[in-house]
Amino acid sequence: MKRRDFLKYTAPAAILPTIINGFSIKAFGSSPMLAALSGAAADNDHVLVMIQLTGGNDGLNMVIPLDIYGKYQSARTNIAIPEGKVLRLDNYLKSGLHPAMKGVQQLYNEGKASIIQSVGYPSPNFSHFRATDIWLTGSDSNEILTSGWGGRYLDTKYPGPQDSYPNADNPDPLAIQIGSIVSPAFQGADASRGMAITSATDFYNLIDGVMDPVPNTKAGKELEYIRMIAKQTNSYEKAIKAAASKVTSQGPYPANNNLADQLKIVARLVAGGLKTRMYMVSTGGFDTHASQTESGDTTTGGHAKLLGGVSDAIKAFMDDLKGLKASRRVVGMTFSEFGRRIKSNFSMGTDHGAAAPMIVFGDYVNQGVLGNSPAIPDNTSVADNVPMQYDFRSVYASILEQWFCVDQTDLNKILQKDYQRLPLISGVACGVITGLPDLNTDDKKLIINSPNPFTSATTITYITGNGNTMIQIFDTMGRLVSVPVNKIHTPGTYTFTFDAEYLPNGVYYARFQNGAVQQVRPMLKVK
Amino acid sequence: MAELKAIPLSQPYRFMDRRQFLTLSPARNARNSKAVARTATGLTPYTGAWGIQQLIHLLKRTTFGATPDNINALKGLGMQQVVDILLTAQADPTPPVNNYGSDSTGVAPGASWVRAAQGDEMLERKRIDSYKAWWVGQMLNQQASIHEKMVLFWHNHFVTETTMVNDSRFIYQYNLTLRHYAMGNFKALTKAVTLDPCMLVYLNGYLNSKGAADENYARELHELFTVGKGPDSHYTEDDVRATARVLTGFRVDRTAIVSTFNTTQHDITNKQFSGFYGNKVISGQTGPDGAAEVDSLLDIIFAQPEVAKFICRKLYRFFVYYDIDQATEANVILPLADIFRSSGYDIKVTLNALFTSEHFFDPLNMACLIKSPVDFCIGMCREFGVTFPTDYTTQYQRWGDLHNAMAVMLQNLGDPPLVAGWEAYYQEPAYHELWINTATLPRRNQLSDGMITAGYKNVKIDPLAFADKLSNPGDPVALVNDSLDILYRVGVSDNVKTFLKDTILLAGQSTNGYWTSAWNTYKSNPGDAANTKEVTNHLQALYKYIMNLSEYQLS
Repeated sequence: MKRRDFLKYTAPAAILPTIINGFSIKAFGSSPMLAALSGAAADNDHVLVMIQLTGGNDGLNMVIPLDIYGKYQSARTNIAIPEGKVLRLDNYLKSGLHPAMKGVQQLYNEGKASIIQSVGYPSPNFSHFRATDIWLTGSDSNEILTSGWGGRYLDTKYPGPQDSYPNADNPDPLAIQIGSIVSPAFQGADASRGMAITSATDFYNLIDGVMDPVPNTKAGKELEYIRMIAKQTNSYEKAIKAAASKVTSQGPYPANNNLADQLKIVARLVAGGLKTRMYMVSTGGFDTHASQTESGDTTTGGHAKLLGGVSDAIKAFMDDLKGLKASRRVVGMTFSEFGRRIKSNFSMGTDHGAAAPMIVFGDYVNQGVLGNSPAIPDNTSVADNVPMQYDFRSVYASILEQWFCVDQTDLNKILQKDYQRLPLISGVACGVITGLPDLNTDDKKLIINSPNPFTSATTITYITGNGNTMIQIFDTMGRLVSVPVNKIHTPGTYTFTFDAEYLPNGVYYARFQNGAVQQVRPMLKVK
Repeated sequence: MAELKAIPLSQPYRFMDRRQFLTLSPARNARNSKAVARTATGLTPYTGAWGIQQLIHLLKRTTFGATPDNINALKGLGMQQVVDILLTAQADPTPPVNNYGSDSTGVAPGASWVRAAQGDEMLERKRIDSYKAWWVGQMLNQQASIHEKMVLFWHNHFVTETTMVNDSRFIYQYNLTLRHYAMGNFKALTKAVTLDPCMLVYLNGYLNSKGAADENYARELHELFTVGKGPDSHYTEDDVRATARVLTGFRVDRTAIVSTFNTTQHDITNKQFSGFYGNKVISGQTGPDGAAEVDSLLDIIFAQPEVAKFICRKLYRFFVYYDIDQATEANVILPLADIFRSSGYDIKVTLNALFTSEHFFDPLNMACLIKSPVDFCIGMCREFGVTFPTDYTTQYQRWGDLHNAMAVMLQNLGDPPLVAGWEAYYQEPAYHELWINTATLPRRNQLSDGMITAGYKNVKIDPLAFADKLSNPGDPVALVNDSLDILYRVGVSDNVKTFLKDTILLAGQSTNGYWTSAWNTYKSNPGDAANTKEVTNHLQALYKYIMNLSEYQLS
């Protein structure tokens, strides 16, 4: 972005910090921000770090609802986090964080983190493999995509066949996955756009020129030879070594923390000047069917260790980046293939569920909690799921638009549809300042139904503003029942009848979406 | 332990292919030449454990890859029974056909051109492409027999190059000659090759005339084909000249596609051989009897014990390992050469002794053979059971594509770089390592990546079909173990196996049951497209990873 443009855009936006619904709007006109921008935005070297929490993270015990704590507590009596132990967020009272997540709490309170409630997609899949694929490809529930959402972005940004990379203009890997094979997320139309660094050991062996040991046999001798050639054929070896060598000291990271080990590598490569746009790291064990907490103290146990590990790693990563003067280049996000069921099971665990919160962090991330605490029924049954408030592709779209500065045309190409955009990242990142919409809808009931409970039909009333309005009806499994409204309205109040005569009894959710605003209305069908 | 000095095979051919020179890693010389564990095992018949590992080792070395079908069919049999099956000669294949369309000599599409009239240069090139594709097809469709690998072995030994022969019928005929004698008698093979029209053209034998004999073939007959240039091989320049004179008069008939003997061009004087060949004299024969001098010549050469030693070393380097140390020379090469000689140069008897020996099944001799490009490409297709189209037009196209893949990996079937064969089999000290350099290794990875994902020129590995042949594909532990048994010869640690299972196959999930249920869903309902794609994706990731590791290059 040109400095002149920046000034032009920021002049009217130079407002004082205000808090709206937990969102702090930063003082765009303040001078440290100005100083930072001329460097950060000019070379457009933004990096996205995706942190995959493999196994299906229990979102309800990560972001704990305080405004409906009673319902939460009674839905999961054996594993609920005590209200007094929940970590509080500045200027936000409706929910807080798991006690093990002090690092993320601190980032939030410093204005560098955003929490997006109940992220999911219509008709969720409860299989790990399939759900992971949906998240990585950005497909609909019933759709099979062969390319990943990151790969499609990189295809757009760096066109041409994969074997034309690396080249003089792009000597660095476009995407790097640490800890596994190249993620399906980086699969482009024809080829993978990413490279894999199998493990932390692999990385340090690469930059130190160390070879894995081989047996003292003829086979060992040949293996050593082939490995040596293999290392030399890694076209990115030089770029990675060069970037790594520019960083000679890093901040402290927690020990015995696999995610921290991975993020430490990412920090080193980012600070070393590698132009890689996307990193994928992952950590597993979130499939907490049993014993996710200790029975005596629910703030301890397996899930607490996992969340603490994630939180510590993220905090150390951001601190390190700050010390290396590279934090302004980075936005990170956590995601998991699904959340878990509202009601806990008798094994002190939770089973495969649906929507769950995501955490987005970085210097340019807008502080805030998007959405409301999940709707929890008074008497939860084992099948009850957290209804989605935001589509995960809205998060992708927002990051692509607000961090990678992708325009509308490309956005539609990458994500196949025009998804709702959320105010996740400060407008200064891409030089497009748009005032934050008034998200303070708490007191306004934008969507209601009557009667409620109802027996066969109910009248839904909604109040909408400019732009497109969409209303989706989900059942308690998160399945999309219908989309009765999806069009541009003149601002005003509208009604329609939801006929559920042929639907089974139970809870239904009417999700209202208008611009960045959304509300979910629980509706109960009875005999 | 003292090492026997590696034997320079053929000094004149020791220059390096320019491509290789440019891509050879300078770092390879910096490698620690640490002592590698050595073994003193010899030809004593192997009586140790006979299990799946030994069977797969035997199959990988004698055929292109070890297919699950062959493993399953042979695993109940004893070692000698399996070796007997592997040493069974195969019938002649169906000859290659016109897959190229218009043919000025009148060969219809789909009909064989091997007995047709010679075409113009363009047509001959098309036929030679057809021949190369056809040869790939023979390899892909080989039975549980060493026959096809022996044809390749002899091609590397009795080299001809299509680019120099340029007569497709001769070239095919030469391939048949190798096939007919591949597992028979080496002396008979040598005679057949000496008189083979393809070889007569390739090394100018068909121009060799009395008065001024052409020594080209005569020299290679000693230096490359029989006694070689080992430390105890002392044939002389006079022997080369005498041999050339013995072989005067042979011609080729391009109409009948045979070699002939022109009595008027034969040197009828006596031929004197050196002390190395017992000072024997071949008395010159006149008329048609002149053609029989070749028998006397081979009697003289094959009386020299160097022949058996030279061929046994070559077999060893092809089937076991390239480095022949003092113990191997004493315990394997010399006794094997004795068997070869005393059997009257019976190839099958000799191979049987090698493939049933303690030395062959010595764990130190397993997993150390770097796959040749042919072994890599054909082996991959066979092990994964890759299917090819059955209509000859597309079939030849795909076979040809695979041939081209091997050619860019430095093994162009029908066209070794020199009369000495592929460098990997004689160029000391690197030998087989010459197959792998910074240009060829990425090509190998590109091929395996392509085959396991989107397909390489429309040829794809079906990972579901492969997994289905394993003992218990629904169990991720068994799936990884069984896959590695077939695809790797190097044992991998439990850590690597766990990594392959958890991180790659299960994509980070720690519960084995998730794979089991996905696999079972696939088996009970393959029409569930989303699930079938998941199972396919995970298997593709697993096999892609396995084939990308250096271990996959070893056989």
